[in-house]
Amino acid sequence: MPDLLIELFSEEIPARMQTRAAEDLKSRVTNGLVEAGLTYAGAAAFSTPRRLTLAIEGMLDQSPTLREERKGPRVDAPDKAIEGFLRGAGLTRDQLVERDEKKGRVFYAMIEKPGRPAAEIVAEVLEDTIRNFPWPKSMRWGNGTLRWVRPLHRILCVMATEAGAEVVPMEMDGITAGNTTEGHRFMAPEPFSVTSFDDYAAKLKRAKVVLSAADRAETIWHDATNMAFASGLEVIEDKSLLAEVAGLVEWPVVLMGEIGAAFLDLPPEVLQTSMKEHQKFFSVKNPKTGRIERFITVANRETADHGATILAGNQKVLAARLSDAKFFWENDLRVAKSEAGLSVWTDQLSNVTFHNKLGSQKDRIERIAALARELAPAIGADPDLAEQAARVAKADLSSEMVYEFPELQGLMGRYYAKAAGLPEEVAAACQEHYSPLGPSDDVPTAPVSVAVALADKLDTLTGFWAIDEKPTGSKDPFALRRAALGVIRLVLGLGKSIPLIDILFKPIAAHVVAGSVSASEALKIAGSLPDATNLHVRINVLDAKMSFIETAIDSIGSDEARSNYEIASKAHFTSLLSFFQDRLKVYLKDEGIRHDVIDACLAMPGNDDLTLLVGRARALSETLKTEDGTNLVQGFKRANNILTQAEEKDGVEYSYGADANYAEHPAEHALIVALDTAEAAITPAMAAEDFAGAMQAMAAMRPAVDAFFDAVQVNADSEILRRNRLNLLSRIRTICLQVADLTKLDG
Amino acid sequence: MDQITGTNAGKPRSFQEIILRLQNYWAAKGCAILQPYDMEVGAGTFHPATTLRSLGTKPWAAAYVQPSRRPTDGRYGENPNRLQHYYQYQVVIKPSPPDLQALYLGSLAAIGVDMALHDVRFVEDDWESPTLGAWGLGWEVWCDGMEVSQFTYFQQVGGHDCHPVSGELTYGLERLAMYVLGVDHVMDMPFNDPDAPIALTYGDIFRQTEEEYSRWNFDVADTETLLRHFEDAERACTDILDRDADDPKTGKRIVMAHPAYDQCIKASHLFNLLDARGVISVTERQAYIGRVRTLSKRCADAFVTTTAGGWAA
Repeated sequence: MPDLLIELFSEEIPARMQTRAAEDLKSRVTNGLVEAGLTYAGAAAFSTPRRLTLAIEGMLDQSPTLREERKGPRVDAPDKAIEGFLRGAGLTRDQLVERDEKKGRVFYAMIEKPGRPAAEIVAEVLEDTIRNFPWPKSMRWGNGTLRWVRPLHRILCVMATEAGAEVVPMEMDGITAGNTTEGHRFMAPEPFSVTSFDDYAAKLKRAKVVLSAADRAETIWHDATNMAFASGLEVIEDKSLLAEVAGLVEWPVVLMGEIGAAFLDLPPEVLQTSMKEHQKFFSVKNPKTGRIERFITVANRETADHGATILAGNQKVLAARLSDAKFFWENDLRVAKSEAGLSVWTDQLSNVTFHNKLGSQKDRIERIAALARELAPAIGADPDLAEQAARVAKADLSSEMVYEFPELQGLMGRYYAKAAGLPEEVAAACQEHYSPLGPSDDVPTAPVSVAVALADKLDTLTGFWAIDEKPTGSKDPFALRRAALGVIRLVLGLGKSIPLIDILFKPIAAHVVAGSVSASEALKIAGSLPDATNLHVRINVLDAKMSFIETAIDSIGSDEARSNYEIASKAHFTSLLSFFQDRLKVYLKDEGIRHDVIDACLAMPGNDDLTLLVGRARALSETLKTEDGTNLVQGFKRANNILTQAEEKDGVEYSYGADANYAEHPAEHALIVALDTAEAAITPAMAAEDFAGAMQAMAAMRPAVDAFFDAVQVNADSEILRRNRLNLLSRIRTICLQVADLTKLDG
Repeated sequence: MDQITGTNAGKPRSFQEIILRLQNYWAAKGCAILQPYDMEVGAGTFHPATTLRSLGTKPWAAAYVQPSRRPTDGRYGENPNRLQHYYQYQVVIKPSPPDLQALYLGSLAAIGVDMALHDVRFVEDDWESPTLGAWGLGWEVWCDGMEVSQFTYFQQVGGHDCHPVSGELTYGLERLAMYVLGVDHVMDMPFNDPDAPIALTYGDIFRQTEEEYSRWNFDVADTETLLRHFEDAERACTDILDRDADDPKTGKRIVMAHPAYDQCIKASHLFNLLDARGVISVTERQAYIGRVRTLSKRCADAFVTTTAGGWAA
C-alpha cells in the first residue's frame, strides 16, 4: 500500500495561520480521499514558515470497484420508459437482466463502477483542496488567478511504494507537481528531490529545516531556559509568543542579549510589552531582584560569528525602542510630579472628542466624577476619594507612554498617580476602573475602584442610549454589552443591594437633557426603543424618580419640550433595564441557571436589584435540583390551575384564608399546619433576603401538599367544603408566590 | 560598479551612496528610474507611478526616491529616528515577478548587508490605505529584528481589483541607512562621503528644517486656511472629473485623471496637516478619510478609462 507525501511550498505564511492551515490541509485531503473510496492507515500534517506538509501512510492504491443493482421498469413497459432507464444506467438493452416479481417481469441493471487509480484521485482532491483552501485571507499574484495565502511556488506530490516513488501527475495554473523541494532560504537554498516522507524529513533536517512546529517550539524553550539558567536567570513564560516565534523560523537559534543598564528602571510591564510587541523577544528575569534584565531572541539561522552580528543588531533596535519608552516615561513622570500634576493631562482631554454627540473626554470625566461621588456611599467608598479617582483615572490617555503603547492604559495611570503622590486607592482605581473587560476577567473589589468603574460604564451606557447608538444584532461598536455585563459583575461582586433604578436614573436624565439631543429628537429616539410602549409596572416606580428629572428640565422653556424629555427618559430607562435583564440572563445561563428560573425571579418586585435577583435565582435553581423542590412546584401548579379555573368560573377571589373548622379530612388539617409552619419560616427569611431558607421552607410543604391532593377532592359536592379547600389552595399560591413567580417555570 | 548586477563591493559610506546603489541595482534589474513626484505626499505609494500605474493591465516597472511628509512625526530634529520629512525608496513592478523576494534580498546585498551574517525575515504585515481605498498582503522585512522594508502584493487600489497584481517594495531609507552605516542618531549620518572636502551630515541638511516644520506643523499652520484648501482641493478634484472626456478644443478624448489625482494628493496632505494641528476629532477623522477615499476612487475610475490605464477605444 502506497504512502503519500504532499508539500505546498510558498512565500512566508503568517505565523498565526500555520498550525490551522496544516490541520485544514490534512482534513480536506483525507476527507476527499475517503469520499472517493481511498482509505488510509494514518496521516500527519506539518508547517513551517514556507511550507505545509501532509504525510499519509498506508493508502489504498486504487478505489474499490462498486457494484450497484438498480431496479427498472417492467419488461412490458412502454419503450420510452425503458430507454430512459437505459440512459440513466448507461447500458444497452441486452445488458439488462430480467426477473420475475409479483407484479410481473421486471428489468434490472447491474451497474459496475470500476475503481480508479489512487494517483488520479489524489490529483483531483489536491487541486480541489488548493482551490478551496480556507485561508483567513488569501491573495493573487503576478498574472494569475489562483489564490493562496502568499505566492505558491511548488507542489510536491509523491506516492511511494516498495517498488519506488512516483510523482503524482498534476498541473494547476502553471505549477507542475514534482518531487523536489528546497531547504532553508539562506543556509541551504539548493533544490533536492525526495522519495518518501522519511527521506524528506531527513533531507530537510540536513538542509536546516525543522519540519515540526512543536519540535521548533520545544527547541526554543529548551535552549532559552537553559541559557537563562546558566546565568542564574529565568525566562518569563509566554505560550502565545512561543507559538508565534516557532512560526517565524525554520531553523531556530536562540540568542540571549542584554537590556542596557539605562533601561532597567523602566516599569517591568513597559519592558515586557515593548520587547514582545515590537521585537517578539522573551523577557528574562533575575529571580533575586525580580527585575527583567535580559532578553531572548530567536534567529532563523546559524552564522560564522555565532550570532554576534544578529544579537548586536537586535540589541541596537531594542535600545532605540527602549530609549523611546524611557523618553516617554521620564517626560510623563515630569508632568505627573509637576505642581499641576495629572490635571495637565485631563485638561488636554478637552481637545479629544469622545463622541461628537457626547462631548470630549474631559466632559465625560466631569460626568463620571459626579456620578462616582453619587454612587460612593452605597458602595461604601469615600465620596471625596471616588470623585478624585474619577478625575484622574483617564489622565494617562494623554501621556506619551499610552500614546505609544495603548495596551498599557490604566497601568501607566497607576504609576503616574503614585508618582503624583495621590492616595493608593486613587492610583489603584486608575488601573482597575476599566475592569472587568470580559466575562472571566477579575472584578475589582476596592470600593473606590468599583465606584469609578461603575460610573464609567453607566455613563457610557446611558450616553449611547440617549443618542440612539444601541447595539443591534452582531454590531456593538461601543462594546455596550460588555459594559452592561461589567456593571452586573461589579454590583454582584459587591454583594450589596444597589437597585439599578437608583444608579441609572440620574445619568439617563442627564444625558437625555444634555442638549446633545433636541427634545423632539429625544422623543423620536424614545419612540424607536423596543420597550418604549411596554412601560407596565415599572412606570410607578419611575414616577417616584420623576422629581429629579423635573428639576433637571425645569429650565427648559416649553411645556412640550419638558414633556418630550420626560417621556424619553422613561422610555430609555425601561429599554436599558430590559437590556440589563437580557445581559443578566446570558450571564446566569453561563452559570447553569435556566432561563425560566430567571423569568420566575424577574417577575418579582425589586427585579432591578441585581444582588437580590441573582440570590433568588440561585436559590430557586438549587431548590429545583431537589426532589422536594420539583414536586412542590408541580403541587403549586396543580393548586394554581384548579384555583384559577374556579376563580374564573365563580368570578370571585378565594383569598379569605381557610377555616380549620371546615376541614373534614386529616390531610386538610395537616396541610393547614404545614402552611402555617412554612409561612412562619418564609416571611422572616424573605425579610432577611435569605432565599435559600425561604425556599427550603417552601419545599418542606411538599409532603403535605402531595398528601392533600392524594386524599381530597377539591371540587367537593358541598359548597362549603369546596370553598374552604379553594381558600387552602389560595394560601399555597400566596405563600409560594412570595418566593418567586413559579407560574413562569417550564413543565 | 558592476553594471550587470548593479552590485558594489564593500560597505557604503554615506546615505547618498546607499540611494545610488539602490538606483543602480533596480536599474540593472530593468526598472525605469523615475524622479520624486513634485507634490507633498505622506508616502511613496501616493506617487501616481504606484497608485495609478498599479491599475489596469499594462505591464509596469519603476523605482524612485520619494520625499515623504508626516507632520505628526515631527520631533524638532531631536529624536534619533523620527522625522516629519524623510525619504522612501519605492519599487513597483506589474505583474509581480515570481522571484521578487530574491530580487529584494539582492538589493539588500547590493547596499552592503552581508546575508551570511544577518538574520532576514518576512513577518506578516498586511497593508491597507483607507485614504487610497487600497489594500494588499505581504510582510514587513526584518533584518536582525529591525523593520527595514515593506513588501506588498497589491490586491485592490482605488476600489479596483488589481489584475495583474503589482509587487511593491518600500524602503524607509533613513532607518535602513542608519543600520547599514552603524549610526545611532539620524542627524549624525553622513549624507555625502565623509571624506569629501565638504562633508555634510544629515543634520547639516535637515536639522534646521525639522525644527522649523515641527513648529509650523504643530502650532502655527492656520487651520482655517488649511480647512479651506482641503475643501478647494476636494471641489477641484470633483470638477475636473466631472468634465466630458471629449475635449472641445482638440477634438480628442482626454480624461484628466492625473490633474484630478493631484488634487486628491493635496487633500490628503492637508488632512495630515489638520490632524497634526490636533483639530480633527476621532469621529471627524473617519469622515475626512472617507472624503479623501471618495476622491481617490473616482481618480482610479477615471484612470482605467485612459490609455495608460489599459483602456482601448
